[in-house]
Amino acid sequence: MRKRVVITGLGAVSPLGNSAAQTWEGLCAGRPGIAVVKKFDASGYRTRIGGELKNFDPLLFVNAKERRRYDDFIIYALACAEMAVADSGLVIGRGNADRVGVIIGTGIGGLAMIENAKETLLNRGPQAISPFLVPGVIANLAAGQVSIRFGAKGPINCTVTACSSGGSAIGSAFRIISEGYAEAVIAGGTEAAITPLAFAGFGAMRALSTNNDRPEAASRPFDKGRDGFVLGEGCGILIMEEMTAALNRGARIYAEVAGLGETGDAFHIAAPPPGHEGAVRCMELALRDAGMKPADIDYINAHGTATPLNDIYETQAIKRVFGEYSRSLPVSSTKSMTGHLLGGAGGLEAVISVMAITYGTIPPTINLDDPDPECDLDYVPHIARTKEIRSVMSNSFGFGGVNVVLIFRQFEERVDR
Amino acid sequence: MSIEERVIEIIMEQLGVTKEECVPEAAFMDDLGADSLDIVELIMAMEENFGVEISDEELMKIRTIQDAVDFIKRKRGMVN
Repeated sequence: MRKRVVITGLGAVSPLGNSAAQTWEGLCAGRPGIAVVKKFDASGYRTRIGGELKNFDPLLFVNAKERRRYDDFIIYALACAEMAVADSGLVIGRGNADRVGVIIGTGIGGLAMIENAKETLLNRGPQAISPFLVPGVIANLAAGQVSIRFGAKGPINCTVTACSSGGSAIGSAFRIISEGYAEAVIAGGTEAAITPLAFAGFGAMRALSTNNDRPEAASRPFDKGRDGFVLGEGCGILIMEEMTAALNRGARIYAEVAGLGETGDAFHIAAPPPGHEGAVRCMELALRDAGMKPADIDYINAHGTATPLNDIYETQAIKRVFGEYSRSLPVSSTKSMTGHLLGGAGGLEAVISVMAITYGTIPPTINLDDPDPECDLDYVPHIARTKEIRSVMSNSFGFGGVNVVLIFRQFEERVDR
Repeated sequence: MSIEERVIEIIMEQLGVTKEECVPEAAFMDDLGADSLDIVELIMAMEENFGVEISDEELMKIRTIQDAVDFIKRKRGMVN
């Protein structure tokens, strides 16, 4: 029988705040985290807005030397891991170190540092490139640095599945704990892609909102006026543990990871297929994996990017899976407030899903002033809703046609099913 | 600013150590916690600051702060 996996710690940094609690407060208040970007001068770009961290002090988590050497996606992961480990009370030491793993996904890795290094290379030649460039930018070094920081000597991995990276990481951690390959995993997703090349590249795809004059209203999932996603940065990390181990050490348990679905579209590099059958199969697989019926889900934290296609096809897929029940099933896109954290999204949204269960509150979809007629579900517009949440489905879909669906539910030691 | 002072300033910045730790006989690896990549980066900063070139063979011989100061002075023709 497979082992059960519970969540005992949360860490987040996002455009809404520099901790999970601050982020949650912003979400429940329906506060937009989007503004004109400050990390670089975007004045010549189609899109000049994004979801950046605000007043984040890296020196609370790394020293000056590390700050210079690590790209922000690594620093965000270290910060969130620090907060999540502290929150969980998990002690990693001689007795358990080789049973504690780290799986942290990222869509792009250290793009900002790569861009700067290319400039150094062109201006000053190859001799001027730091020996710390490579370990500062490669995608798996978020997981690597966290493993080094905490002495976690179990499986280390980095999932790179575009906008599903964080979901893939949590899915992998769920699998390896439930199969007994690790007892605890520090898992999630991180991204720091507010950079000139990312804005130019995603801009060229016409994937980004160009609502530069009204940044706070730019991310409008399911709304008729939506015109693409808003790029955000940040990270979300969970401490995931095998249930018995968590109970034995008297840990506070936030929720249980109930099920995982993973599918591919085999369709297009960036666009989902009409009806998004890959997402349909993925949600169905997750339900089956959890041993749950569609009506057992109390809330869906949607992928909800605010691109013209995603929001319609995700809606169609939800209606297909949930049938009649989809009319009364609350679905919200927290990307309306955080922007789209790419590889960080699945991590942050897992934290948000768990907090929705913990606090019995559904964060809203803001900016939903004029719903697209083809988007006709209950998206919890504008205002957070109080409701007992026993289980949450969290959707992540990525470029390359990769879909990951996770189900979290209230923890009960005894399950009669 | 003397060469000694500038060298120590660079070491403090690159290795994140205090002025008190930067005594002349302090060894980069044993006393100042540097690894081989730290030393490569440190030497790059010195090359840039003092306009000297340091070969990989020469690099092997620079163990302490005093070694670095002596080497830079020699390279710039200030000793001998």
